[in-house]
Amino acid sequence: MVDKILELVSKTDQQIAEAKQALTELNGDAVGQEYYDKQDELRHLEGLRSDLLEQCRDLEPEDHVYIARFSGRPHITDFIDALFTDFFEIRGDHLYDNDEAIYGGIALYHGMPVTVLGHRKGKNLEENMRCRFGMPSPEGYRKAMSMFSEAEKFNRPVITFIDTPGAYPGMEAEAHGQGEAIARSLAMMSHLKVPVISVVTGEGNSGGALALSVANRLLMLEYAVYSVLSPEGFCSILFKDTSRKKEACSLMHLTADDMYKDKMADEIIAEPAGGASSDPVSVYDALDKAIERNLKELVRMSPRELVADRHRKFRKI
Amino acid sequence: MDIETDPFIMCKGCHRRSRKSQWESHYYTCPVCGKLKNISAPYRLSIILDSGSMKVANTGISSDDPLDFPGYRGKLKEAEEKTGLKETAVTAVGKISGVKSVVIVLDSRFFMGSMSQACGEKITRAIEYAGRHKLPLIIFSASGGARMQEGMFSLWQMAKTADAVEQFSRDGGLYISVLTHPTTGGVTASFATLGDITLAEPGALIGFAGPRVIEQTIGKKLPKGFQRAEYLYEHGFIDAIVPRDELKATITRILMLHGFKTAGGSNGR
Repeated sequence: MVDKILELVSKTDQQIAEAKQALTELNGDAVGQEYYDKQDELRHLEGLRSDLLEQCRDLEPEDHVYIARFSGRPHITDFIDALFTDFFEIRGDHLYDNDEAIYGGIALYHGMPVTVLGHRKGKNLEENMRCRFGMPSPEGYRKAMSMFSEAEKFNRPVITFIDTPGAYPGMEAEAHGQGEAIARSLAMMSHLKVPVISVVTGEGNSGGALALSVANRLLMLEYAVYSVLSPEGFCSILFKDTSRKKEACSLMHLTADDMYKDKMADEIIAEPAGGASSDPVSVYDALDKAIERNLKELVRMSPRELVADRHRKFRKI
Repeated sequence: MDIETDPFIMCKGCHRRSRKSQWESHYYTCPVCGKLKNISAPYRLSIILDSGSMKVANTGISSDDPLDFPGYRGKLKEAEEKTGLKETAVTAVGKISGVKSVVIVLDSRFFMGSMSQACGEKITRAIEYAGRHKLPLIIFSASGGARMQEGMFSLWQMAKTADAVEQFSRDGGLYISVLTHPTTGGVTASFATLGDITLAEPGALIGFAGPRVIEQTIGKKLPKGFQRAEYLYEHGFIDAIVPRDELKATITRILMLHGFKTAGGSNGR
């Protein structure tokens, strides 16, 4: 259901943009009937848009999955632009390759140097291909690990953004030790002596997501999802029937709300009706406040307390 | 001996039949072609630990049903009846050639060796025990990956066990990881690939993504031998491929090389 609504919303967004453009152009002339008609049209379109978004309440878990994957949703580059300044990208694993599916570097967060990284899906087809739709190779996890150890060396908090269909299931990835790379990332993150905050912004699937989210605080956007495997993969393994996705999504406890109730997510960041894409700035603001508040608590902890805090979070489940 | 007490068992590799007694004397390695049969956790423990030295631990832990997943409790019961086990992982303390060790074995017959919350808990406790008592840790992995019916509770176990291994390692513990057929998914991507020494049984399938998923992704058939122990050995992820009848001797030698006092280089039961 939500897919059709969001499609209509983006069509309406386009019409609104056109109407606004037309109004600007008309403004140069003497204000006449045409201008008032356009204004009416714009008001009507904006009303239509909010009516559409109002329908996006009480969504099913399957709708959350759709919103989490929606292409108009903010991606890691948007979050970095909105929440950080002076971003300096760190590239490559310095062993073999630069995996574009993991993107990150050093930046200032409210004036404090931090390491920020996460999955990158890309925002258009060309970027999607380069980033393999956010599915990392071992080289990506090794790049992340080198960023983690640099963060520790310079006592920088780590903030990660999670949005991946899973680690890339390819021949080269296997030959280069995908499993071991993920395992080492888990082990390394579990013992980092600096604060770690992870934010699930889109879909977090499988070990490929977990490898970057062994955090002191796990935040989830309201419509983000986190699951053991993609609902499609889950269907094909357990049901041998991919048409039962809706049912799978409901069974998997994958919504932010489920994750919070199951005591794995620590905080949910509210999103506007229809998801972050309908008003990204409100989400940046809410997320900024949450990260800042959590970071304030964490930077007061000693390295030993930080490791113990993270250990408790994972040990109890 | 007759057919009843010593029946023929067929090899899935060469399809030749051999007597049960012949299989047993080769630790369930095919007497004809050398292909390994999967063995149960109790049998594995019996051929690795010195006889009479074994104490099985954490037997009280069994799977919960955290997602209230339809049909899961019934399936758990079936698996329990079929295998006599309560969970995938069997954790034990015993002696290997005289060296007291913690040994964990994953039994692929129980839910395809998948990692449940209970399985992760048993493994973590056993690792913590080994750390507290300064015992070497040997884990025989065999797993299809995460236990789907437990969702994120299963995935979480990857981080929990990796954390435990990392702590064990920082405290100076020796961890020998033995990868057996098949070791895939979340187990490959957590404790199984974090050993100080990594061994594998011949022909074992070892990987993160399953072969079928890879074939679907790349749209072609995978070459023969891909993701097998020998392939990983060539690519530098495994220190040695060890036939089953040499495993105990090899582990004994590694223990000895790490300063443990072993009783000779015995490879017997």
